[in-house]
Amino acid sequence: MNMETIISIKPLLAVLVSLLVVPILVLSGKRPNVREACTFLAAGIKFLIVLSMVPVILNGTQIVYTIAEVIPGVAIKLRVDSFGMLFALVSSSLWIVTSAYSIGYMRKLKEHSQTRYFCFFALALSATIGVAFSANLLTLYLFYEMLSFATYPLVTHHQDHEARSSGRKYLLYIVGTSIGFVLPAMLISYSLAGTLDFSSQGFLAGTGSKPLIGLLCFMFLFGFAKAAIMPFHSWLPAAMVAPTPVSALLHAVAVVKVGVFCVARVLTGVFGTDLLFSLNLNVPIIYIASFTIMAGSLIALSQDNLKRLLAFSTIAQLSYIVLGIGLLSPKGMTGGMLHIAMHAFGKITLFFCAGAIFVATGKKNISEMIGIGRRMPVTMAAFFIGSLSIIGMPPCGGFISKWYLVLGTLEAHQLPILFVLLTSSLLNAAYFMPFVYKAFFCRPEDAMFESRVQEAPAFCVVPLVITALISVILLFYPQPFLRLAKMMVQSITGV
Amino acid sequence: MSEQYPALLVVVPLLSALVVSIAGWINKRLCFPIAVAALGVAAWSAVGLLLRVLDEGVIVYKLGGWSPPMGIAYYIDYLNGLVLPVVSIVALLNLIANKKGIEQQFPDKIGPFYTLYLLMVTGLLGIVVTGDAFNLYVLLEIAALTGYGLLAMGEERAPLATLNYLYMGTIGACFYLLGVGYLYIVTGSLNMVDIARLLPPLYQSKAVMAAFIICMVGVWLKMAFFPLHAWLPNAYTYANSAASSLIAPLVTKVMIYVMIRLMLTVFTPEFAFTTLAVSNAIVWLAVIAIVMGAVLALAERNLKKMLTYIVVAEVGYMVGGAWLGNRDGMTGAILHIVNDALMTLCVFMVVGNIVYKVKGYAFEDLQGLFRKMPFTMGALVIGAMSIIGVPPTCGFFSKWYLIVGAISAGHYGFMAALIFSSLVSVVLFFRVFEICFYEPFADHHGHDNHPGGMDEAPVSMVVPLLIVAVILIVVGLYTGDIVNHVIQFAIPETMV
Repeated sequence: MNMETIISIKPLLAVLVSLLVVPILVLSGKRPNVREACTFLAAGIKFLIVLSMVPVILNGTQIVYTIAEVIPGVAIKLRVDSFGMLFALVSSSLWIVTSAYSIGYMRKLKEHSQTRYFCFFALALSATIGVAFSANLLTLYLFYEMLSFATYPLVTHHQDHEARSSGRKYLLYIVGTSIGFVLPAMLISYSLAGTLDFSSQGFLAGTGSKPLIGLLCFMFLFGFAKAAIMPFHSWLPAAMVAPTPVSALLHAVAVVKVGVFCVARVLTGVFGTDLLFSLNLNVPIIYIASFTIMAGSLIALSQDNLKRLLAFSTIAQLSYIVLGIGLLSPKGMTGGMLHIAMHAFGKITLFFCAGAIFVATGKKNISEMIGIGRRMPVTMAAFFIGSLSIIGMPPCGGFISKWYLVLGTLEAHQLPILFVLLTSSLLNAAYFMPFVYKAFFCRPEDAMFESRVQEAPAFCVVPLVITALISVILLFYPQPFLRLAKMMVQSITGV
Repeated sequence: MSEQYPALLVVVPLLSALVVSIAGWINKRLCFPIAVAALGVAAWSAVGLLLRVLDEGVIVYKLGGWSPPMGIAYYIDYLNGLVLPVVSIVALLNLIANKKGIEQQFPDKIGPFYTLYLLMVTGLLGIVVTGDAFNLYVLLEIAALTGYGLLAMGEERAPLATLNYLYMGTIGACFYLLGVGYLYIVTGSLNMVDIARLLPPLYQSKAVMAAFIICMVGVWLKMAFFPLHAWLPNAYTYANSAASSLIAPLVTKVMIYVMIRLMLTVFTPEFAFTTLAVSNAIVWLAVIAIVMGAVLALAERNLKKMLTYIVVAEVGYMVGGAWLGNRDGMTGAILHIVNDALMTLCVFMVVGNIVYKVKGYAFEDLQGLFRKMPFTMGALVIGAMSIIGVPPTCGFFSKWYLIVGAISAGHYGFMAALIFSSLVSVVLFFRVFEICFYEPFADHHGHDNHPGGMDEAPVSMVVPLLIVAVILIVVGLYTGDIVNHVIQFAIPETMV
């Protein structure tokens, strides 16, 4: 891959914007309106900076910026390529929407410590964009850890006993695996290859023995526990104690997608598809992912708490992405990368809806929501669209990524996996559709709500309508995400 | 002027210690500015020396114009050129930060306290700057005796804990002196460069081997290398904050410096690693030190004592790194002298602030501190990140070199110990953060379960602390420069 590169400070600015706004947020803590205006301003600037780099990236050029040369052969360095851009676009655009939603949610529920909440949210977004734009494993690790610690106060926002035990689980899984697996794997890779820079065909080929490379592969795969691959998934349902906007942006988009992004980056940029293929490592990867997909969907079936259901659904959907990369076929990888975007818009809509229902009615369990469609028709319509997208049915964007994944299984001659994908879609329908059905169609005497329409505050409803609409639009106009994913796949496979 | 930096470094704090003790009788308020000025000059000279070394290479300074081997010479090379600024800056920042704390704790002993403080720093700087093995012993005793004095000024149990330290410290110093005596017998010289020149033909001699090992044991005692650590936790815990946050970051690190100085300059790496052939065993001792330090820290329900066990574990990092026998490990050990001094300073200064406000440092005293002291706790978070080893704080990068060294030496036990210690540090610090963050729990779910506003330590304590916290990150980002321009030249080229 001999791509043109230009040096520009833009990627650093995109990372720093939300970091630099933190002191301003702290100072304006006494005046919530000013504080939230600053959040919007930072989110807007961040999105515009990311957006301004899109044309350059679509031209096939990369943007690089070196922050500091810390270790011989390894710098703290940012590089924007099409895959990173795809992820950065998703997360920076959704930050704006989530900020609006946060205002509606936090103020309506009169949550405490809102300044802290907005500060750490901004920090988490810095780290997310940092991961997206990392040029090497060290930089990736740096921002990955920063994200782990920045999200801890968000997950444990309520500061009660439940938050504490969930926080422990969160740290145990996420930090435990990153220090226990990723750190040694990274250092061993450095000792083997003398570099950590991602390249289109990886840098580990021809450096270590087969068993060692295999071991490293699994250390990375499970080490990035934010990807919630089983058996390192149970932090995610636990993290649902967080306020809903946190679950929405972080545990449906930023944090978990950082996990799968890291896995995808490492599989393609550190190992390289040829090496994985020649060592047959793709087979265990896709079977581990398939297991997570099936198990996650099955567990979701039995959940009554709406947010926990969504969490298990997320666990399953994340493994679609890992599966797509693991297929190592062009269509499969395109589908996997595209699913980062498609799933993000669909799942964030669902979380927003769950939060809106909680704000408006105080209900968390599905069994208490029969007939909710009459009370909150807009929210439930959006929920219906979001769930269609997750199931992978038209008219929603989720259809495209699943389509590519299905084609990918055929291309890679993995027919059992095709069966997994189709079964999983059925399961998705099985856990979403009864809820949606009962929300709208139930006998009047079963309905738990009066038929008077009473939605959550506008700050909650408008964002979820927007993300639901985008989910639909993405089917008809999947650019630039599809183009970015295809460009990345092309640079990896040459097809 | 700049020619006299090596002398100024030691003489200014020494003489101002006398001035301070006299000034203490006249007006107590004079002591602090004099002490700050003295350490300011020392820090200025130390930085000046480092810049000169970077510019011109090794500097030889003959005290009083007497040439070695008769006179005492100060050698400043890349190794102590790097350690000197660390020692002097740590001492200066800690002095400034603890002004209020000292006034609060010892209103009528301000003069003596600053005198001891300055003498202690004189001793430490002298140990680092001197090129004479016996002179080093003398300065070691100066630093130790003043250290006992400083540490004994504390809680009820401080004098007893310090007495324990005094016994062990004296034994350690005696061991070192005995080793130097052996060297003097076989070479007839006390000058380090001279000894280094005369020793190589004698490397097979049992006396030389005994001298080296006896010196090492003495130095290990002084640096609290497990299992010779038993004196450290109590002595550091019960002391007053100003003393413990001076001594915890510096004394162990200066002793590591002495160990590396003996290994690299007085003896040669070949002798230490090949002729003696004990390095593997020593690295395993370091593994035990790291693991035991971590486990013992876990057993504590007291912030300050927990930190002292972390110091014990960190000593294991550096001893292990130095004895891995390769360049990466040694780089990690030297880099960690700098980083560990800074991060230990950071966390002990945090304890100082907490003690100043809360009058305690047991876990129960820490409830609700994130609300009460957000800046202090912010610094603790950064210090903890550095000790855990999260980039871009400096602790990550020394750990990086240590682990890379362990991998290339094939010593996976040491690598596992470092990873284990990182994981335990996460538990250690988040256990503290949990108490500061959640407790006291509200009776009902939800809103505003931490009544009460901010009650932060005075600005004069918080600002130096925040400076240290920022330094942790800045040093981390400049790791590349420190290694490429300084540490690389501190390690003999023969070491690969």
